[in-house]
Amino acid sequence: MTPVAIVKNALDKGLEIIGITDHNSTRQAPIIKKIAARYGLHVLCGAEITTKEEVHVLAFVDGLDKLEALQGFLDQNLVKVPNDPVFFGYQLVVDEDENVLCQEDDLLIGAISVGIDQVAKFVHSLGGVFIPAHIDKKANSLISQLGFVPSDIEADAFELSCICDVGSFFKSNPHLSGRNFISSSDAHFPGDIGKCCTNFDICDFSFASFVEALRHSAVDDFVKN
Amino acid sequence: MKLAEIAEKLDLTVFSGENNLDKEVTGGYASDLLSDVMGHAKEGQIWVTLQTHKNTMGVASLKDLSAVVLVKGFAPEADTLKLSEIEGIPVLGSDKEAFELCGELYKLLG
Repeated sequence: MTPVAIVKNALDKGLEIIGITDHNSTRQAPIIKKIAARYGLHVLCGAEITTKEEVHVLAFVDGLDKLEALQGFLDQNLVKVPNDPVFFGYQLVVDEDENVLCQEDDLLIGAISVGIDQVAKFVHSLGGVFIPAHIDKKANSLISQLGFVPSDIEADAFELSCICDVGSFFKSNPHLSGRNFISSSDAHFPGDIGKCCTNFDICDFSFASFVEALRHSAVDDFVKN
Repeated sequence: MKLAEIAEKLDLTVFSGENNLDKEVTGGYASDLLSDVMGHAKEGQIWVTLQTHKNTMGVASLKDLSAVVLVKGFAPEADTLKLSEIEGIPVLGSDKEAFELCGELYKLLG
């Protein structure tokens, strides 16, 4: 998943906006954004945060200063367990030419010591968006970890996975039908980029327009490729 | 106490690692949050959990745990069994719920 491979696959799949959400790290995102900009591909920068409850949540913020603040929050709150590169692989940040810029020594697939509500509050304090990830999945989702979607959770939208049977999901969760939903690939390998995505009714590619579009996002806008 | 003896005394199902039960168990850790186990479990402990997915093997290997015991009659997923063999972490099982199983384990090891 090098920056160039990500951008190339996204362009090949006809995507116009992609979100970069590495587990508990924002460091790779701005590099991808810079490369993508040359080709007219828009990149939302953020992270997939593992909360204390082991719920995966997507956080996107606008601007390098906010991204740095988000990274600082993650650095401060990640529970420090040394990575085992033999088993989990190396956690590298690379530049466009795949030169290693830095290596994360602590396991990024662990959790931070902050709970869901606090994470939401913090992301919103940065003007960002907070989207609980793949809530239909049996692991690391709001529903798998808590058994339900809390009614007071301050989510800008919820994400459903590519493999979600949307019909039966809403049969089991009728109370969620009024909420905003997106679907995305959650690609961990280049070939998976764009395997599903969401169409946004959007007038430009600014962050503000994305936030506005999220308010209207629904399952009718899902695309499976 | 050896893992084999624990398996026998608590009537545990051995899903994998039949040839690897000679390990010395130093204690136990009960948690269903992998991040919690990553942060706090100790080498040689037997891990009691209901998590059946393969990521338990990565964590168990990282922390050099002696085995994973699944509760409530759960069975490991196919991927988990594969990794169990590769990592040398036996996966055992019990029909008991975690509270009861831990009580029994504690009596043996505590």
